[in-house]
Amino acid sequence: MLPDSLRDRGVALAVEAFDADALRGGRFDRGEVTLEIAPARIHSVCGYLKYDRKFVRLSSVTAVDRHPASPRFEVVYHLHSIESNLRVRLKCRLPDGDPAIDSVASVWRSANWYEREVFDLFGIRFTGHPDLRRIMLPDDWEGHPLRKDYPVTGSRV
Amino acid sequence: MSEGALPPNVTVEMAEEPPASGPRRMVLNMGPQHPSTHGVLRLRIELDGETVVRCQPDIGFLHTGIEKEFEVKTYQQAVTLTDRVDYLAPLSNNLGYCLAVEKLLGLEIPPQAQWMRVMLTELTRLNSHLVWLGTHALDIGAMSVFLYCFREREEILRIFEMFSGQRMMTSYFRIGGLALEPPRGWAQRVGKFVDMFPGRVDEYEDLLTNNRIWIGRTRGVGVIPLEDMLDLGVTGPMLRAAGLKIDARKDEPYSGYERFDFEVPTRAENDVYARYQVRVEEMRQSTRIVRQAMDGMPAGPWKADAPHVVLPDREKMKTQMEALIYHFKIVTEGFRVPAGEVYQTIESPRGELGFYVVSDGTAQPYRVHMRTPSFGNLQAVPKMVEGALIADLIASIGSTDFVLGDVDR
Repeated sequence: MLPDSLRDRGVALAVEAFDADALRGGRFDRGEVTLEIAPARIHSVCGYLKYDRKFVRLSSVTAVDRHPASPRFEVVYHLHSIESNLRVRLKCRLPDGDPAIDSVASVWRSANWYEREVFDLFGIRFTGHPDLRRIMLPDDWEGHPLRKDYPVTGSRV
Repeated sequence: MSEGALPPNVTVEMAEEPPASGPRRMVLNMGPQHPSTHGVLRLRIELDGETVVRCQPDIGFLHTGIEKEFEVKTYQQAVTLTDRVDYLAPLSNNLGYCLAVEKLLGLEIPPQAQWMRVMLTELTRLNSHLVWLGTHALDIGAMSVFLYCFREREEILRIFEMFSGQRMMTSYFRIGGLALEPPRGWAQRVGKFVDMFPGRVDEYEDLLTNNRIWIGRTRGVGVIPLEDMLDLGVTGPMLRAAGLKIDARKDEPYSGYERFDFEVPTRAENDVYARYQVRVEEMRQSTRIVRQAMDGMPAGPWKADAPHVVLPDREKMKTQMEALIYHFKIVTEGFRVPAGEVYQTIESPRGELGFYVVSDGTAQPYRVHMRTPSFGNLQAVPKMVEGALIADLIASIGSTDFVLGDVDR
């Protein structure tokens, strides 16, 4: 369902028209459009936005850990359309446990490293990713530092 | 990995991979301490003779967990972290972060602070482009350019020191305005610099623009189609050197850029030489902006009228109880920022710098993500160098102008 604040936003209406089930909600706040997408549909929605709505750039992929709230993780995508000078934020909520979501690296190749970074620092798996390895930390590192239950200070002996 | 046999950062990914096919392929490790990688970048290069067949960047050597550290600082304290991300453009990072938090707060910044921010970020762009030009030319073999560039950079660093007391890690922009009142005599100092600088850019151009060796090493090198660049996350001067007129200062103006008159230079050739031309022209345009900001600098306050966010003046603290209380509260516990999330982009010297700041209503950021331009730009390097000669690799890497602190964070 589309909230009222997004009723006059073209991109929100377009996504709703494309796949109403995929759209879980969203908001228009401080001049920025956020659309909440069902995790299972992220790949198709991204493909639609890139090829039909000309969001040719994926600015970033990142995540937010809402620990101990549930669902725990938010995967956040920032899309940019140069043609219409628009930005849109997509958000998918994932539960704790073994968080996994479809990779969008086949839509934008830039997602390759962005998703590897999220995998490395949050431990979220991206299924269908061509090369899902740690990118910042050494391969034998344990844990995912940007999770809220990972300590900021202290050392593991 | 066998314990102790390899330094911890050397990955064993090479041994696990199937050996390169073909009889003449050689695997070369460039970095992480190679001078031409501008920091600690490791490139695993597969060579067929002198041709690069495959290039895999290995990053993370400078990863310091800055995004994690944001979460345990107050909003104002965290400004100092942003300097250390892209250490060649500290004020651009300060600006991006401050604008993001100010957007969350809904804070109005007085004109003088905005213009001062524009002037200093443009000086930062000059600083960054000078280091880029000097080191890029040095990599390719033109050593004297480096000395010329660092001569002017020194003057910019002195201007930064005059403003903030620091040459590199300035932290001069704060949420709500500037850290300190602009120093007496800044206008003469900056004025002298902008009078001198265009002539100095001419000097660099005399050394390089028609230099046969420079042209031979850069023209037609490092070409990568525009569609690939957009798809791979490249931003900034590299896109402009491929003919795409994209610049956040024009497209999504921030901090009052819409009131300045400047051009966005573009080139169509899309090679290392075109990137050089674009950046040199950007230096001239930035000088124009600095001059406009200096000449038209509005009078008035240099920090916002928001006592719960901005530290009070020293005199007020000594005479007004409220000011003292605010000072105590801001310093000890910080200020609360309304819950929400923003993504603020600015045009850093390297491209799109985005700050995604999530607030949960407390005095510390819940999450800060930096979309750094170098990270995206570096992703395009394999595409740029595969199929080219190894000698051109250095020129291609140099033309992307990444900073490893900005890549690894």
